[in-house]
Order: sequence, then C-alpha cells, then structure tokens
Amino acid sequence: MRVNDDKQKNDYSNVWVIAEVLSGKIQPVTHELAGTARMLADKRGSEVWIVLLGNNVSEQAGTLFAYGADKVLVADDGSMANFNDEIETRVLVRMIDKYKPEIVICGATTRGRALIPRVAVVTDSGLTADCTELDIDPENGDLLQTRPAFGGNIMATIRCSDHRPQMSTVRPRVMKAPDPDPGRTGEIITENVTVSDKIDIKRILEVFHSSEAAVNLADAQIIIAGGRAMKGPEGFDILRAFAARVGGAVGASRAAVDAGWIPYAHQVGQTGQTVQTKVYIACGISGQIQHLVGMQSCDLIIAIDKNPDTPMMQMADIAVTGDLFEIVPALTAAIPKL
Amino acid sequence: MKIVVCIKQVPATNDAKIDPETKRIIREGLKAILNPFDTYAVEEAVQLRERFGGEVIVLSMGPEKAALSIREAVSVGADRGVLLSDRAFGGSDTWATSYALANAIRKIGDVDLVICGKQAVDGDTAQVGPGIAAHLDWKQATYVMAVEDASDDSIVVKRMHEDGYDICELKLPAVVTVVKDINTPRIPTLRGRLASEKIEVPVWKPADIGADLSKIGLDGSPTRVVRTAPPPPRNTVTKKISGTSAECADALIKELRLRSIL
Repeated sequence: MRVNDDKQKNDYSNVWVIAEVLSGKIQPVTHELAGTARMLADKRGSEVWIVLLGNNVSEQAGTLFAYGADKVLVADDGSMANFNDEIETRVLVRMIDKYKPEIVICGATTRGRALIPRVAVVTDSGLTADCTELDIDPENGDLLQTRPAFGGNIMATIRCSDHRPQMSTVRPRVMKAPDPDPGRTGEIITENVTVSDKIDIKRILEVFHSSEAAVNLADAQIIIAGGRAMKGPEGFDILRAFAARVGGAVGASRAAVDAGWIPYAHQVGQTGQTVQTKVYIACGISGQIQHLVGMQSCDLIIAIDKNPDTPMMQMADIAVTGDLFEIVPALTAAIPKL
Repeated sequence: MKIVVCIKQVPATNDAKIDPETKRIIREGLKAILNPFDTYAVEEAVQLRERFGGEVIVLSMGPEKAALSIREAVSVGADRGVLLSDRAFGGSDTWATSYALANAIRKIGDVDLVICGKQAVDGDTAQVGPGIAAHLDWKQATYVMAVEDASDDSIVVKRMHEDGYDICELKLPAVVTVVKDINTPRIPTLRGRLASEKIEVPVWKPADIGADLSKIGLDGSPTRVVRTAPPPPRNTVTKKISGTSAECADALIKELRLRSIL
C-alpha cells in the first residue's frame, strides 16, 4: 500500500518472516531469517511474527519462539499440503491487510520467489530480491536492503520509502541462525483458509520428492562441483562420495549438464542456480564467465585442476594443481565419517 | 493458442573479462543479447504453436535497440513482436515493469498463455513473471522444466523445486516461467532471418496501453536504489597447492581445518 505520511506509515509495525516448509517440515532458512528479523524488530522496538502456512504444520508452530518469534501466525489447511501460489497469496494478503506488518522477509527459494512477487503486486508494495544484508536506517526507520546486482559486481542498497510493507527475499545460508533459546515463549494466532481461497486455482496432480539430498544446492554449506573434466556420469561418483561425507551438495557446470552426465537441478551458473555457500570446490571447471557469475559470492573458493592457468584456478582462493580423480577420493578418505 | 512471450535484452557476459585486481567480471562495453532464459521461453512457445496452432507474440520493454532481440525471437519462429519504449518507462522496478507488461498483454487481447524466462541474468530477481500474473490476476507456475500436456483451455506443467518436482494443471489463461531444462532452442533458418528483417516492430507508448503514469517508471516504482558500492573484496591472493595427490589432499585438509570448516 502506498503510504503518504508518517501517520499512515505508523499504521504498520512488526517484522514478519514467512516460514519455509518443505515436505511438511520447517526449513532452516526460517530460523536464519528469524534471527535477522529479531535484530530489525529490536531496532524498531517492535515484534517478530512468523507466518506458517501449510498442512499439519500447527504442531511445529511452538518451535519457532526459541528462534526469536513473539507471535506465530498459522494457517493450516489440506489445500496447502503442496505449494499452490494462488491459495498462499490470498491467505497471506489477507493476513497483511489485517495485521499490517512493516517488514516482510521470505526465503529466496523456488517457493518464496514465486509467492512473494505475487503478494507484493497485490498489496501494492515494494520487493527486493536476494538481499545479503538488511538493516534499519537510523534516521527514518526505513529498511535498507542490500543485494548483489550484475552477477555480484555491485552491491546495491535499496529503499522502499513510501510503500508498506517493505518486502525482501534472502537466500538460504546467507544469514546466520541464532542459537535457539528454549525458554522463550510467545503467542500462536490461527487464521482460517476460506472456501473462496480455493476457487480457480491450479490442480497439483503429482508430487515427487528427490531422495538424493546432494541436489539441494540452496541449502548446502559446502558444494563440490564438476565440469567437463569429470569425463562422464561416473566421474561424479567421487564428488557424491565427498558430498555425502561432509553433508554437502554436488554442483555441475553447464558443460556437464548439457552432456547429460548429471541433471539440470545441479547446474550452477547463469542459466542454472546462483549459489552463495561457505565453500565451493570446483573440480575441473575451467571457469567460463557464465559459471563464475553463479558462484563468485561464495566465501571460500577452491579449484582443483590439472591446468593451473584456467580462469577458475586464477580466481580461486585456493588453487590445487593435480589429478582430481586422485585428490578428491584422498580428501574424502581423510575426513572422518560424520 | 495465443501466446505472449515476454523477453528482455541484457548485456552479454560471453566475452566479459575478469579484472585481475578485483577478480570480478568487467561488465563495461558488453554487447546486448536476448536474455538466455528467454530463448527457452521463445522455443517453448513456438513448439506449442506447432502442436496446437495459434500465434506467438514477443513482448519487450526497453530502449529502441531492444527491437533487435524481438527480431531475434522472430528469426527462430515467433510471429511478431511489440516493444514498449518510452522515457516514461525508464527506471521501472519489477512492480512497474510487470504492470506495464500486463497492460500490454491486455491490449494485445485474447491471450491464453504468457511465457517468461525464469529470470533475467542482469537483474536476477525472477519477480516479473509472477508480477505479471498478479497484475492480470491469472494463475502462475514458475521454474517450469517441462510442459507435459496442453489443450485449448488448460496446460499441464512440471515445476522444479529444491527437493524434487511436481506436476500441476492450470486452466488458461495463465503465466508460466521456464528454466533451461525445458527444451533446446533451435538455430534460426535463412527463412526465419529474412522474416525477422522484414517485420515491423510497433513501438507502444504508455498511452497505447492505457498505463497510469503514476504506476510506471521511477515514480511508479515502490523500490529505489539509494546507493551502490563495490562488493566486499575477495581474497585476491590465490594460495597455490601442488605436489603428489596425497600431498595436495593433506595440504587442502590443513587449509580447511585452519578455517574451521572441518
């Protein structure tokens, strides 16, 4: 909603986090964002509310207080067992109209990136994608949203001064989850899903959950990725073994995906996913620009390649010259089993 | 089926170089190309027209030279294009952009399906597709990796998620955004190239699409960039490790332990 003066602005208060639920479970990004929301709410002298949408999720609502929530707003309905953009938009818009949050933060997941832009348009408010830093302007209390632009080449700080709520998405693993405080308590508010929310919606016919944990690039702390040098689909086995040992995920260059060695869900780069992990280990990836833009914001970049002169080896923090087919298994063997 | 494909002209990163000092990509002086994700959107629309008949109309907003990207889409099978270009559109954020595109889609009229690339590779927001759906109050499906089935009044798509995929049916009209996995874009034919050179690309102004001037451009954008800064510096010194494979693995383990990663 457009707000024309401070009086209208002051109608909006509290910092909301939209909980991320996958296969019925609250995801860690929710806790990470709760920590950020707590910091923002403390600066604003307001409350943290977490919005929990899904099916059979009510019993998990109480777990969120430990991460800094003051209130949990729950809508629990069979129609939200799987992600249906239209239903969730209607429910969330109604909650926003009713309780008027000042700030709404959501995980930049496939679901968040579908839901929140829709909600932002319907509520006539501003949205900034993939923020890496959120803070309050001490002068006027506005939210300052910082995000990488142009593939991480510039950091842009964005403001939404005359619309409320101010909305942001944040990628998983960018913010640090607070240590849970089991003594904290709060209030659970239940909201209904109405019959009209379920009219004229898409029909979800079939749902398939991948059993392979190594594919979730967004949620990993360590990604080990392979390129053309993996020589074939079997080459990725040594990367999977390493990922399984450290609880990480397996990434791939476009070349490996296009060769059919590994599914597209693993592709990192401009036409795949942008990742921002703690550690990125590039194995035999030469480092075409299109790949680099998708991973150059990772904290620590390690490259392993026979050729010491590739762009990836030059941009890496640690460049290992050698045979990845020997080094990666040796690495895996040297790490104690979890 | 009447399909509108929304496309964007973006800077080409193919020939970009890396700054040896900052180890970041130098973006200045890059030529303009059709956003890579949009090439899949165009191809999917053309394939749907080949199966079900109808028309593929390419829609873009940008400077006049963006007409080149519309021509590129025509060279690989789109029937025609429309460009929204005017100073008043300048500075639009994703809210204002999706408002303008939605108005143009209404003006085109009787559209069954809108296809967008998942995101543009310059802004990386993925917000315009769902924004268009919201402005039109149409159903949406994002991160679409396959069109399983389609008919005159519905489409069945496979959506990619972090933990797998799902298959859903949307009654038309609807908006879908597509990822790279969906198809392999075709190479333009000679005939396509000729068609793309001959075609007129009409340029629409805000008045042509009935746009409320307070909802487009900088004034119509809820968000505003207040400052830009260089990203936090990368460690620009590369630590080099070589030797036997066992030595390399040992050295690397040491580095990881040093950083408390293991």
